[in-house]
Amino acid sequence: MTTLLGIETSCDETSAAVVDNGTMVRSNVVSSQIDLHKKYGGVVPEIASRAHIEKIDSTIEEAMSIANCSRNDIDAIAVTNRPGLVGALLIGVTAAKTLSWAWDKPLVAVDHIRAHAYSAAIDLPSPPWPAVGLIVSGGHTSLFRINTPTSIDLLGATTDDAAGEAFDKVASILGLAYPGGPEIERASRDANPKACDFPRTMLGRDSLDFSFSGIKTSVLYHVNGHGKTRGGLAKLSQSEVNDIAASFQKAVIDVLVKKTMLAVAQTGLSTVVLGGGVAANSSLRNALETACNEREWRFHAARMAYCTDNGAMIAALGFHNLQGGKIARLDLDASANAS
Amino acid sequence: MTSPTQTVQMETKSPQETLELGKRLGQRLVGGLVVALVGDLGAGKTQFVKGIACGNGATDPKQVTSPTFTLINEYAGERKLFHIDTYRLRGSAELFALGFDELIAEDAVVAVEWADRVQEAIPEEHLRIEVEAIDANIRRLTFSATGSSPIACLKSFIQAQP
Repeated sequence: MTTLLGIETSCDETSAAVVDNGTMVRSNVVSSQIDLHKKYGGVVPEIASRAHIEKIDSTIEEAMSIANCSRNDIDAIAVTNRPGLVGALLIGVTAAKTLSWAWDKPLVAVDHIRAHAYSAAIDLPSPPWPAVGLIVSGGHTSLFRINTPTSIDLLGATTDDAAGEAFDKVASILGLAYPGGPEIERASRDANPKACDFPRTMLGRDSLDFSFSGIKTSVLYHVNGHGKTRGGLAKLSQSEVNDIAASFQKAVIDVLVKKTMLAVAQTGLSTVVLGGGVAANSSLRNALETACNEREWRFHAARMAYCTDNGAMIAALGFHNLQGGKIARLDLDASANAS
Repeated sequence: MTSPTQTVQMETKSPQETLELGKRLGQRLVGGLVVALVGDLGAGKTQFVKGIACGNGATDPKQVTSPTFTLINEYAGERKLFHIDTYRLRGSAELFALGFDELIAEDAVVAVEWADRVQEAIPEEHLRIEVEAIDANIRRLTFSATGSSPIACLKSFIQAQP
């Protein structure tokens, strides 16, 4: 058995996890789950490298403790080194290097987006590869061809806003709370998704890239009047707002499903995996599952716990990198850009 | 003493024109320039920065995406370009917590979206660009340069207009 400690600090969440053989998750601690505000007796700014510094030690300790693990049980340390905020990534990378040196265990670098692409496979009894992976989150919207865990090719990605960002900004236009994804989904329930005809931007017939900036602007003008950016929301009834939310959600999901089907057709594969924060949206999960079922393709969505940023997927993909001999040196650097 | 300011207004008729305008600015960047972008949701701030990044060279326009979630994107080119979005931040303190003062101390160019939310963090010498939607396609861009280096950059940009 090979046991990895995985560390993730690429954006807002500080997370650490202990995973056996890339599949058996023994612990997966995400900082927002523990009451650190109370622990430190003050307000910790959510978006700051400093917050990661303050949380990283206790998050790793908690992950080790829940897994009932000592340093002797750990075979390697995996860490997200890209892409993300360099200042934030550096906290995790520095912690991982320090432990690697102090415990004399190999260090493994993991690409955050590729870990999301792998995340649906964590609990599966047998590997689903090769597969097309759709990764949808606040910061990313990408399609991958996943040949094996260590051979993942980018097929397409957003050219402007990520789908999750569009959900958040449209929620803000509609006066709904942040984060917008769950709010839009809630408002859409029992509403009419055909009420408004929002654009489905395809960027050409064979393109696997995405664009969600235009639909955001369409919703803005639909609410406020053509070419106007404010003042319209007060005139809308709750059910009109809900219909707009449902129509917007449907338009985004239509594009995501259509592009994913196109990616499967172009690659000739027959399995789809879904990951990333927006994969928690049940309408998206259902729509993709239905589309795959109709074509008799296999479909696997990441478990909810592995949709948002987490250390488990880092330790899991890190296991495969380690098996493949991809061991990082102690001068490993953090990078803002994807690999 | 306040630094001199120079202002100019331009209009674009499509997102593509906004991108082209950004390109022309991107070809005339000066090291250490801070570009402060102001404008409503959907005005075209990210589209303009996409143009800047393309004009600055060596970047695939597809890779210039919104940093709303990632907070800071970094693009290679003639000059290193940092693309920051403060939409999710709760003020200047969080921007500094991200290392903003280190970024603007480099010889890089720093473009900040929603700069009005972090007014105190923007150095006195900067190029402010306000993007307004006139209708669904037409955008009015107001450029205000403060300080000698941003003014020189703006002048060269104005001269380059076809």
